Amino acid sequence: MTGLNDNLLELIRRTSAEIPDDVQRVLVEALKAEEKRTNAEFALKTIHANIEMAARKSQPICQDTGSILFFVHAPVGYDQLAFEEAARTAVAEATKKGFLRQNSVDSLTGKNSGNNLGPGTPTFHFTQSCSATEMDVRLMLKGGGCENVGAQYSLPDQRIGADRDLKGCRRAILDAVLQAQGKGCGPGVLGVCIGGDRATSYAFSKEQLLRTLDDRNSNPELDALEQEIVATSNKLGIGPMGFGGKTTLLGCKICAVNRLPASYFVSVSYMCWAFRRQGVVLSADGGKIEKWLY
Amino acid sequence: MELKTPISEGIIRSLHVGDLVEVTGVVHTGRDAVHKFLHDGGKLPADMRGGVLYHCGPVMVKEDSQWVCKAAGPTTSAREEPYQAEVIQKLGLRAVIGKGGMGEKTLAGCREFGCVYLHAVGGAAQVLAECIKKVRGVSMLEEFGSPEAVWELEVEKFPCVVTMDSHGGSLHKEVLAKSKEALAKLL
Repeated sequence: MTGLNDNLLELIRRTSAEIPDDVQRVLVEALKAEEKRTNAEFALKTIHANIEMAARKSQPICQDTGSILFFVHAPVGYDQLAFEEAARTAVAEATKKGFLRQNSVDSLTGKNSGNNLGPGTPTFHFTQSCSATEMDVRLMLKGGGCENVGAQYSLPDQRIGADRDLKGCRRAILDAVLQAQGKGCGPGVLGVCIGGDRATSYAFSKEQLLRTLDDRNSNPELDALEQEIVATSNKLGIGPMGFGGKTTLLGCKICAVNRLPASYFVSVSYMCWAFRRQGVVLSADGGKIEKWLY
Repeated sequence: MELKTPISEGIIRSLHVGDLVEVTGVVHTGRDAVHKFLHDGGKLPADMRGGVLYHCGPVMVKEDSQWVCKAAGPTTSAREEPYQAEVIQKLGLRAVIGKGGMGEKTLAGCREFGCVYLHAVGGAAQVLAECIKKVRGVSMLEEFGSPEAVWELEVEKFPCVVTMDSHGGSLHKEVLAKSKEALAKLL
Protein backbone atom coordinates (compact mmCIF):
# COMPACT_ATOMS: atom_id res chain seq x y z
CA MET A 1 0.00 0.00 0.00
CA THR A 2 1.20 3.49 -0.80
CA GLY A 3 0.87 6.48 1.52
CA LEU A 4 -2.26 7.59 -0.33
CA ASN A 5 -3.85 4.16 0.10
CA ASP A 6 -3.11 4.17 3.83
CA ASN A 7 -4.47 7.69 4.25
CA LEU A 8 -7.67 6.85 2.40
CA LEU A 9 -8.11 3.71 4.49
CA GLU A 10 -7.79 5.84 7.64
CA LEU A 11 -10.28 8.32 6.21
CA ILE A 12 -12.77 5.47 5.63
CA ARG A 13 -12.21 4.05 9.12
CA ARG A 14 -12.81 7.37 10.84
CA THR A 15 -15.79 8.24 8.67
CA SER A 16 -17.44 4.92 9.49
CA ALA A 17 -16.68 4.95 13.23
CA GLU A 18 -16.75 8.59 14.32
CA ILE A 19 -19.48 11.22 14.23
CA PRO A 20 -18.26 14.68 13.20
CA ASP A 21 -18.04 17.17 16.10
CA ASP A 22 -20.62 19.57 14.64
CA VAL A 23 -23.25 16.80 14.50
CA GLN A 24 -22.33 15.48 17.94
CA ARG A 25 -22.86 18.95 19.45
CA VAL A 26 -26.38 19.23 18.04
CA LEU A 27 -27.25 15.69 19.20
CA VAL A 28 -26.20 16.62 22.75
CA GLU A 29 -28.59 19.57 22.65
CA ALA A 30 -31.36 17.32 21.33
CA LEU A 31 -30.97 14.91 24.24
CA LYS A 32 -31.13 17.78 26.74
CA ALA A 33 -34.32 19.10 25.15
CA GLU A 34 -36.20 15.80 25.06
CA GLU A 35 -38.67 14.92 27.79
CA LYS A 36 -37.37 12.49 30.39
CA ARG A 37 -38.53 8.88 30.59
CA THR A 38 -40.01 8.87 27.10
CA ASN A 39 -39.25 6.57 24.19
CA ALA A 40 -37.72 9.59 22.45
CA GLU A 41 -35.26 9.99 25.30
CA PHE A 42 -34.53 6.25 25.19
CA ALA A 43 -33.72 6.57 21.47
CA LEU A 44 -31.40 9.54 21.96
CA LYS A 45 -29.63 7.93 24.91
CA THR A 46 -29.06 4.81 22.84
CA ILE A 47 -27.73 6.99 20.02
CA HIS A 48 -25.25 8.66 22.38
CA ALA A 49 -24.10 5.35 23.83
CA ASN A 50 -23.67 4.05 20.30
CA ILE A 51 -21.57 7.01 19.17
CA GLU A 52 -19.24 6.56 22.13
CA MET A 53 -18.95 2.80 21.62
CA ALA A 54 -18.29 2.98 17.87
CA ALA A 55 -15.45 5.46 18.33
CA ARG A 56 -13.93 3.46 21.19
CA LYS A 57 -14.09 0.14 19.34
CA SER A 58 -13.24 1.63 15.99
CA GLN A 59 -16.22 -0.11 14.42
CA PRO A 60 -19.06 1.14 12.18
CA ILE A 61 -21.55 3.48 13.87
CA CYS A 62 -24.21 1.88 11.69
CA GLN A 63 -24.04 -1.49 9.97
CA ASP A 64 -25.27 0.11 6.77
CA THR A 65 -22.07 1.81 5.77
CA GLY A 66 -23.95 3.13 2.80
CA SER A 67 -23.07 4.57 -0.56
CA ILE A 68 -19.42 5.54 -0.63
CA LEU A 69 -19.18 9.07 -1.99
CA PHE A 70 -15.78 10.70 -2.50
CA PHE A 71 -15.58 14.47 -3.10
CA VAL A 72 -12.09 15.40 -4.24
CA HIS A 73 -10.69 18.83 -4.92
CA ALA A 74 -7.19 18.60 -6.39
CA PRO A 75 -4.51 20.78 -7.99
CA VAL A 76 -4.84 21.18 -11.74
CA GLY A 77 -3.39 18.26 -13.70
CA TYR A 78 -3.86 15.78 -10.84
CA ASP A 79 -4.17 12.18 -12.02
CA GLN A 80 -7.77 11.31 -11.18
CA LEU A 81 -7.47 7.74 -12.40
CA ALA A 82 -4.60 7.07 -10.02
CA PHE A 83 -6.68 8.44 -7.17
CA GLU A 84 -9.63 6.24 -8.09
CA GLU A 85 -7.39 3.21 -8.16
CA ALA A 86 -5.96 4.01 -4.71
CA ALA A 87 -9.46 4.64 -3.34
CA ARG A 88 -10.74 1.33 -4.69
CA THR A 89 -7.86 -0.51 -3.05
CA ALA A 90 -8.59 1.26 0.24
CA VAL A 91 -12.32 0.49 -0.02
CA ALA A 92 -11.69 -3.22 -0.59
CA GLU A 93 -9.26 -3.28 2.33
CA ALA A 94 -11.72 -1.41 4.59
CA THR A 95 -14.41 -3.96 3.68
CA LYS A 96 -12.10 -6.82 4.62
CA LYS A 97 -11.40 -5.16 7.97
CA GLY A 98 -15.11 -4.65 8.70
CA PHE A 99 -15.03 -0.82 8.55
CA LEU A 100 -17.44 -1.17 5.64
CA ARG A 101 -20.19 -3.72 5.05
CA GLN A 102 -20.29 -5.71 1.81
CA ASN A 103 -22.63 -3.24 0.20
CA SER A 104 -22.34 -3.46 -3.57
CA VAL A 105 -24.99 -5.64 -5.21
CA ASP A 106 -25.41 -6.43 -8.91
CA SER A 107 -28.83 -4.96 -9.70
CA LEU A 108 -29.69 -7.67 -12.21
CA THR A 109 -28.35 -10.85 -10.62
CA GLY A 110 -28.53 -9.82 -6.94
CA LYS A 111 -24.94 -10.98 -6.47
CA ASN A 112 -22.95 -9.12 -3.82
CA SER A 113 -19.45 -8.26 -5.08
CA GLY A 114 -18.17 -8.77 -1.54
CA ASN A 115 -15.68 -5.91 -1.61
CA ASN A 116 -17.82 -2.83 -2.33
CA LEU A 117 -16.39 -2.54 -5.84
CA GLY A 118 -18.49 -2.73 -8.97
CA PRO A 119 -20.09 -0.60 -11.67
CA GLY A 120 -21.03 2.69 -10.02
CA THR A 121 -19.50 1.90 -6.61
CA PRO A 122 -17.78 3.78 -5.10
CA THR A 123 -18.52 7.14 -6.74
CA PHE A 124 -16.17 10.08 -7.26
CA HIS A 125 -16.88 13.78 -7.62
CA PHE A 126 -13.76 15.55 -8.84
CA THR A 127 -12.99 19.22 -9.12
CA GLN A 128 -9.64 20.81 -9.91
CA SER A 129 -8.30 24.30 -9.56
CA CYS A 130 -5.11 26.16 -10.49
CA SER A 131 -4.82 27.66 -7.04
CA ALA A 132 -5.03 24.37 -5.14
CA THR A 133 -1.68 23.17 -3.87
CA GLU A 134 -3.03 20.39 -1.70
CA MET A 135 -5.78 17.82 -2.02
CA ASP A 136 -9.08 18.18 -0.23
CA VAL A 137 -10.70 14.75 0.06
CA ARG A 138 -14.10 14.41 1.68
CA LEU A 139 -15.98 11.19 2.20
CA MET A 140 -19.65 10.63 2.87
CA LEU A 141 -21.12 7.24 3.75
CA LYS A 142 -24.84 7.51 3.17
CA GLY A 143 -27.00 4.63 4.33
CA GLY A 144 -29.86 3.17 2.34
CA GLY A 145 -32.56 3.89 4.91
CA CYS A 146 -32.08 7.63 4.66
CA GLU A 147 -31.37 7.53 0.94
CA ASN A 148 -34.73 5.83 0.38
CA VAL A 149 -36.67 8.67 2.01
CA GLY A 150 -35.07 11.31 -0.19
CA ALA A 151 -37.61 12.99 -2.47
CA GLN A 152 -37.75 15.12 -5.57
CA TYR A 153 -40.61 17.50 -6.32
CA SER A 154 -41.41 19.06 -9.65
CA LEU A 155 -43.19 22.38 -9.08
CA PRO A 156 -45.95 23.29 -9.34
CA ASP A 157 -47.21 20.30 -7.38
CA GLN A 158 -50.94 20.39 -6.88
CA ARG A 159 -51.00 17.51 -4.38
CA ILE A 160 -49.21 19.63 -1.81
CA GLY A 161 -50.29 23.06 -3.07
CA ALA A 162 -46.73 24.05 -3.97
CA ASP A 163 -46.22 26.85 -6.50
CA ARG A 164 -43.01 27.95 -8.16
CA ASP A 165 -41.73 30.20 -5.39
CA LEU A 166 -39.96 29.90 -2.05
CA LYS A 167 -43.27 29.21 -0.30
CA GLY A 168 -43.75 26.28 -2.66
CA CYS A 169 -40.23 25.05 -1.94
CA ARG A 170 -41.02 25.23 1.78
CA ARG A 171 -44.13 23.11 1.27
CA ALA A 172 -42.16 20.54 -0.71
CA ILE A 173 -39.39 20.29 1.90
CA LEU A 174 -41.85 19.96 4.79
CA ASP A 175 -43.79 17.33 2.88
CA ALA A 176 -40.57 15.34 2.52
CA VAL A 177 -40.09 15.54 6.31
CA LEU A 178 -43.67 14.40 6.90
CA GLN A 179 -43.40 11.49 4.47
CA ALA A 180 -40.05 10.38 5.90
CA GLN A 181 -41.46 10.12 9.47
CA GLY A 182 -38.92 8.02 11.38
CA LYS A 183 -37.94 5.82 8.46
CA GLY A 184 -34.75 7.70 7.61
CA CYS A 185 -33.38 7.24 11.16
CA GLY A 186 -34.25 10.65 12.50
CA PRO A 187 -33.45 13.07 13.89
CA GLY A 188 -31.98 13.77 10.47
CA VAL A 189 -30.40 16.52 8.43
CA LEU A 190 -31.70 17.71 5.08
CA GLY A 191 -29.60 18.68 2.09
CA VAL A 192 -31.79 20.52 -0.39
CA CYS A 193 -31.29 21.84 -3.90
CA ILE A 194 -33.72 24.17 -5.63
CA GLY A 195 -33.30 24.03 -9.41
CA GLY A 196 -31.02 22.00 -11.68
CA ASP A 197 -32.09 18.97 -13.67
CA ARG A 198 -33.24 15.73 -12.05
CA ALA A 199 -29.71 14.35 -11.74
CA THR A 200 -27.75 17.49 -10.85
CA SER A 201 -30.43 18.64 -8.42
CA TYR A 202 -30.01 15.52 -6.31
CA ALA A 203 -26.22 15.71 -6.61
CA PHE A 204 -26.16 19.33 -5.38
CA SER A 205 -28.55 18.47 -2.55
CA LYS A 206 -26.05 15.88 -1.31
CA GLU A 207 -23.18 18.34 -1.54
CA GLN A 208 -25.07 20.58 0.90
CA LEU A 209 -24.50 17.84 3.47
CA LEU A 210 -20.78 18.64 3.34
CA ARG A 211 -21.53 21.92 5.14
CA THR A 212 -21.15 21.80 8.92
CA LEU A 213 -24.42 22.12 10.83
CA ASP A 214 -23.43 25.50 12.29
CA ASP A 215 -22.61 26.93 8.85
CA ARG A 216 -24.98 29.74 7.89
CA ASN A 217 -26.18 30.31 4.35
CA SER A 218 -24.72 33.41 2.68
CA ASN A 219 -28.04 34.01 0.95
CA PRO A 220 -30.38 35.65 3.53
CA GLU A 221 -33.55 34.18 2.04
CA LEU A 222 -32.17 30.65 2.01
CA ASP A 223 -30.67 31.14 5.46
CA ALA A 224 -34.08 32.11 6.82
CA LEU A 225 -35.67 29.13 5.10
CA GLU A 226 -33.07 26.75 6.56
CA GLN A 227 -33.77 27.97 10.10
CA GLU A 228 -37.51 27.96 9.59
CA ILE A 229 -37.63 24.41 8.19
CA VAL A 230 -35.82 23.08 11.26
CA ALA A 231 -38.04 25.02 13.68
CA THR A 232 -41.26 23.96 11.94
CA SER A 233 -40.19 20.32 11.56
CA ASN A 234 -39.47 20.18 15.27
CA LYS A 235 -43.06 21.19 15.97
CA LEU A 236 -44.48 18.20 14.09
CA GLY A 237 -43.97 15.73 16.93
CA ILE A 238 -42.38 13.01 14.78
CA GLY A 239 -39.36 12.83 17.06
CA PRO A 240 -36.33 10.55 17.21
CA MET A 241 -36.99 7.32 15.27
CA GLY A 242 -40.54 8.52 14.70
CA PHE A 243 -41.35 7.63 18.34
CA GLY A 244 -42.90 11.07 18.86
CA GLY A 245 -40.91 13.83 20.54
CA LYS A 246 -39.30 17.20 20.13
CA THR A 247 -36.41 16.63 17.77
CA THR A 248 -37.29 15.65 14.23
CA LEU A 249 -34.53 17.53 12.38
CA LEU A 250 -31.01 18.48 13.43
CA GLY A 251 -30.38 20.74 10.48
CA CYS A 252 -31.30 21.81 6.98
CA LYS A 253 -28.94 23.09 4.28
CA ILE A 254 -30.27 24.57 1.06
CA CYS A 255 -28.70 25.72 -2.19
CA ALA A 256 -30.20 27.13 -5.34
CA VAL A 257 -28.83 26.57 -8.83
CA ASN A 258 -30.19 27.73 -12.16
CA ARG A 259 -32.87 25.74 -13.91
CA LEU A 260 -34.53 25.50 -17.28
CA PRO A 261 -37.59 27.72 -17.76
CA ALA A 262 -39.64 24.52 -18.02
CA SER A 263 -38.25 22.80 -14.90
CA TYR A 264 -38.48 23.64 -11.22
CA PHE A 265 -37.13 20.84 -9.10
CA VAL A 266 -36.80 20.75 -5.35
CA SER A 267 -34.61 17.83 -4.36
CA VAL A 268 -34.33 16.69 -0.77
CA SER A 269 -31.59 14.36 0.46
CA TYR A 270 -32.15 13.07 3.96
CA MET A 271 -29.17 12.22 6.14
CA CYS A 272 -29.73 10.06 9.20
CA TRP A 273 -28.49 10.99 12.68
CA ALA A 274 -25.57 8.61 11.99
CA PHE A 275 -24.13 11.35 9.82
CA ARG A 276 -20.97 9.89 8.43
CA ARG A 277 -18.85 12.51 6.77
CA GLN A 278 -15.20 13.21 7.24
CA GLY A 279 -12.49 14.90 5.22
CA VAL A 280 -8.78 15.42 5.03
CA VAL A 281 -6.34 17.81 3.45
CA LEU A 282 -3.57 15.74 1.92
CA SER A 283 -0.19 16.85 0.62
CA ALA A 284 -0.21 17.21 -3.18
CA ASP A 285 1.13 13.67 -3.67
CA GLY A 286 -1.45 12.30 -1.22
CA GLY A 287 1.25 10.86 1.03
CA LYS A 288 0.63 12.97 4.12
CA ILE A 289 -2.48 13.96 6.09
CA GLU A 290 -2.07 17.70 6.74
CA LYS A 291 -5.31 18.08 8.69
CA TRP A 292 -8.77 16.69 9.38
CA LEU A 293 -11.66 18.78 8.16
CA TYR A 294 -14.57 18.00 10.48
CA MET B 1 -39.82 -6.40 30.51
CA GLU B 2 -37.70 -9.28 29.24
CA LEU B 3 -38.95 -11.42 26.33
CA LYS B 4 -37.34 -14.86 26.27
CA THR B 5 -37.51 -16.98 23.13
CA PRO B 6 -39.48 -19.01 22.28
CA ILE B 7 -42.21 -16.52 23.19
CA SER B 8 -45.75 -17.61 24.01
CA GLU B 9 -48.82 -16.04 22.45
CA GLY B 10 -50.03 -15.07 25.93
CA ILE B 11 -46.96 -12.93 26.54
CA ILE B 12 -47.29 -11.28 23.13
CA ARG B 13 -50.95 -10.46 23.76
CA SER B 14 -49.97 -8.75 27.02
CA LEU B 15 -47.79 -6.22 25.18
CA HIS B 16 -48.96 -2.78 24.13
CA VAL B 17 -47.68 0.08 22.01
CA GLY B 18 -45.05 2.08 23.89
CA ASP B 19 -43.77 -0.80 26.05
CA LEU B 20 -40.00 -1.04 26.36
CA VAL B 21 -38.83 -4.67 26.10
CA GLU B 22 -35.57 -6.61 26.05
CA VAL B 23 -35.26 -9.72 23.92
CA THR B 24 -33.15 -12.62 25.18
CA GLY B 25 -32.60 -15.88 23.33
CA VAL B 26 -32.35 -16.67 19.64
CA VAL B 27 -33.20 -14.32 16.79
CA HIS B 28 -32.78 -14.85 13.06
CA THR B 29 -31.98 -12.07 10.62
CA GLY B 30 -33.98 -11.81 7.43
CA ARG B 31 -34.54 -8.91 5.08
CA ASP B 32 -35.44 -8.16 1.48
CA ALA B 33 -34.13 -11.25 -0.30
CA VAL B 34 -35.43 -13.63 2.39
CA HIS B 35 -38.94 -12.19 2.33
CA LYS B 36 -39.23 -12.43 -1.43
CA PHE B 37 -37.74 -15.94 -1.34
CA LEU B 38 -40.36 -17.10 1.18
CA HIS B 39 -43.12 -15.38 -0.75
CA ASP B 40 -42.01 -17.22 -3.89
CA GLY B 41 -42.40 -20.55 -2.04
CA GLY B 42 -38.84 -20.97 -0.75
CA LYS B 43 -38.12 -22.80 2.50
CA LEU B 44 -35.52 -22.00 5.14
CA PRO B 45 -33.64 -24.67 7.10
CA ALA B 46 -34.20 -22.92 10.46
CA ASP B 47 -37.28 -23.57 12.61
CA MET B 48 -38.45 -20.16 13.81
CA ARG B 49 -41.71 -21.10 15.57
CA GLY B 50 -42.27 -18.83 18.55
CA GLY B 51 -39.23 -16.94 17.38
CA VAL B 52 -38.09 -13.51 16.39
CA LEU B 53 -37.16 -12.26 12.94
CA TYR B 54 -34.75 -9.34 12.82
CA HIS B 55 -34.68 -7.02 9.81
CA CYS B 56 -30.94 -6.60 9.79
CA GLY B 57 -27.98 -6.89 7.46
CA PRO B 58 -25.05 -7.13 9.86
CA VAL B 59 -21.34 -6.55 9.29
CA MET B 60 -19.82 -9.99 9.82
CA VAL B 61 -16.14 -10.84 9.79
CA LYS B 62 -14.62 -14.31 10.17
CA GLU B 63 -11.98 -14.39 12.90
CA ASP B 64 -10.24 -17.72 13.61
CA SER B 65 -12.95 -19.60 11.69
CA GLN B 66 -15.67 -18.05 13.90
CA TRP B 67 -18.09 -15.41 12.67
CA VAL B 68 -17.91 -12.20 14.64
CA CYS B 69 -20.57 -9.52 14.44
CA LYS B 70 -19.03 -6.07 14.02
CA ALA B 71 -22.23 -4.04 13.64
CA ALA B 72 -25.89 -5.01 13.67
CA GLY B 73 -28.59 -2.35 13.76
CA PRO B 74 -32.04 -2.69 12.17
CA THR B 75 -32.83 -1.94 8.54
CA THR B 76 -35.98 -0.17 7.28
CA SER B 77 -38.89 -2.58 7.60
CA ALA B 78 -41.35 -0.89 5.24
CA ARG B 79 -39.86 -2.72 2.26
CA GLU B 80 -41.12 -6.03 3.65
CA GLU B 81 -44.68 -4.77 3.99
CA PRO B 82 -46.01 -6.73 0.99
CA TYR B 83 -44.72 -10.02 2.48
CA GLN B 84 -44.56 -9.66 6.26
CA ALA B 85 -47.99 -10.91 7.34
CA GLU B 86 -47.60 -14.01 5.22
CA VAL B 87 -44.09 -14.61 6.57
CA ILE B 88 -45.30 -14.21 10.18
CA GLN B 89 -47.88 -16.91 9.53
CA LYS B 90 -45.61 -19.25 7.58
CA LEU B 91 -42.75 -19.16 10.08
CA GLY B 92 -44.92 -18.87 13.19
CA LEU B 93 -43.15 -15.72 14.35
CA ARG B 94 -44.03 -13.98 17.61
CA ALA B 95 -42.00 -10.83 17.01
CA VAL B 96 -40.44 -8.90 14.18
CA ILE B 97 -37.65 -6.46 15.00
CA GLY B 98 -36.90 -3.61 12.62
CA LYS B 99 -37.10 0.12 12.27
CA GLY B 100 -39.42 2.69 10.74
CA GLY B 101 -42.56 0.63 11.32
CA MET B 102 -44.86 -1.24 8.97
CA GLY B 103 -48.30 -0.85 7.47
CA GLU B 104 -51.87 -2.04 7.75
CA LYS B 105 -51.33 -5.49 6.29
CA THR B 106 -48.65 -6.34 8.85
CA LEU B 107 -50.72 -4.79 11.64
CA ALA B 108 -53.62 -7.07 10.69
CA GLY B 109 -51.20 -10.03 10.59
CA CYS B 110 -49.96 -9.18 14.09
CA ARG B 111 -53.52 -9.17 15.37
CA GLU B 112 -54.51 -12.38 13.63
CA PHE B 113 -51.42 -14.49 14.35
CA GLY B 114 -50.35 -13.05 17.71
CA CYS B 115 -47.21 -11.14 16.82
CA VAL B 116 -45.68 -7.75 17.68
CA TYR B 117 -43.44 -5.33 15.84
CA LEU B 118 -40.48 -4.25 17.92
CA HIS B 119 -38.64 -1.08 16.98
CA ALA B 120 -34.91 -1.09 17.65
CA VAL B 121 -33.00 2.18 17.50
CA GLY B 122 -31.94 2.64 13.88
CA GLY B 123 -28.26 3.28 13.36
CA ALA B 124 -27.32 2.02 16.83
CA ALA B 125 -25.27 -0.81 15.37
CA GLN B 126 -22.69 -0.99 18.17
CA VAL B 127 -25.06 -0.91 21.14
CA LEU B 128 -27.11 -3.64 19.46
CA ALA B 129 -24.12 -5.72 18.36
CA GLU B 130 -23.00 -5.68 21.99
CA CYS B 131 -26.23 -7.55 22.83
CA ILE B 132 -25.31 -10.32 20.39
CA LYS B 133 -23.44 -12.85 22.47
CA LYS B 134 -22.82 -15.43 19.78
CA VAL B 135 -23.28 -16.05 16.06
CA ARG B 136 -24.69 -19.57 16.07
CA GLY B 137 -24.82 -20.13 12.36
CA VAL B 138 -25.80 -18.83 8.95
CA SER B 139 -27.82 -20.02 5.98
CA MET B 140 -28.39 -18.62 2.49
CA LEU B 141 -24.98 -16.93 2.66
CA GLU B 142 -23.88 -18.05 -0.78
CA GLU B 143 -27.26 -17.32 -2.39
CA PHE B 144 -28.00 -13.90 -0.91
CA GLY B 145 -24.62 -12.52 0.23
CA SER B 146 -23.69 -11.56 3.78
CA PRO B 147 -26.10 -8.65 4.51
CA GLU B 148 -29.09 -10.60 3.14
CA ALA B 149 -28.24 -14.01 4.63
CA VAL B 150 -30.13 -15.61 7.54
CA TRP B 151 -27.87 -15.26 10.59
CA GLU B 152 -28.80 -17.14 13.74
CA LEU B 153 -27.89 -14.96 16.69
CA GLU B 154 -27.89 -15.47 20.41
CA VAL B 155 -28.92 -12.19 22.02
CA GLU B 156 -29.15 -10.89 25.56
CA LYS B 157 -31.32 -7.97 26.63
CA PHE B 158 -31.70 -6.60 23.14
CA PRO B 159 -33.64 -3.32 23.71
CA CYS B 160 -36.71 -2.42 21.63
CA VAL B 161 -39.92 -0.45 21.84
CA VAL B 162 -43.24 -2.11 20.95
CA THR B 163 -44.54 0.16 18.19
CA MET B 164 -47.16 -2.22 16.74
CA ASP B 165 -49.03 -4.57 19.04
CA SER B 166 -51.35 -7.52 18.53
CA HIS B 167 -54.46 -5.45 19.32
CA GLY B 168 -54.36 -3.20 16.27
CA GLY B 169 -52.31 -0.47 17.95
CA SER B 170 -49.62 1.29 15.93
CA LEU B 171 -47.45 4.14 17.16
CA HIS B 172 -46.52 4.85 13.53
CA LYS B 173 -50.13 5.42 12.56
CA GLU B 174 -50.64 7.70 15.57
CA VAL B 175 -47.53 9.79 14.95
CA LEU B 176 -48.28 10.11 11.23
CA ALA B 177 -51.83 11.31 11.88
CA LYS B 178 -50.75 13.80 14.56
CA SER B 179 -47.82 15.17 12.55
CA LYS B 180 -50.02 15.58 9.47
CA GLU B 181 -52.49 17.54 11.49
CA ALA B 182 -49.73 19.68 13.05
CA LEU B 183 -48.21 20.42 9.64
CA ALA B 184 -51.57 21.47 8.18
CA LYS B 185 -51.74 24.17 10.85
CA LEU B 186 -48.19 25.37 10.18
CA LEU B 187 -48.41 25.66 6.39
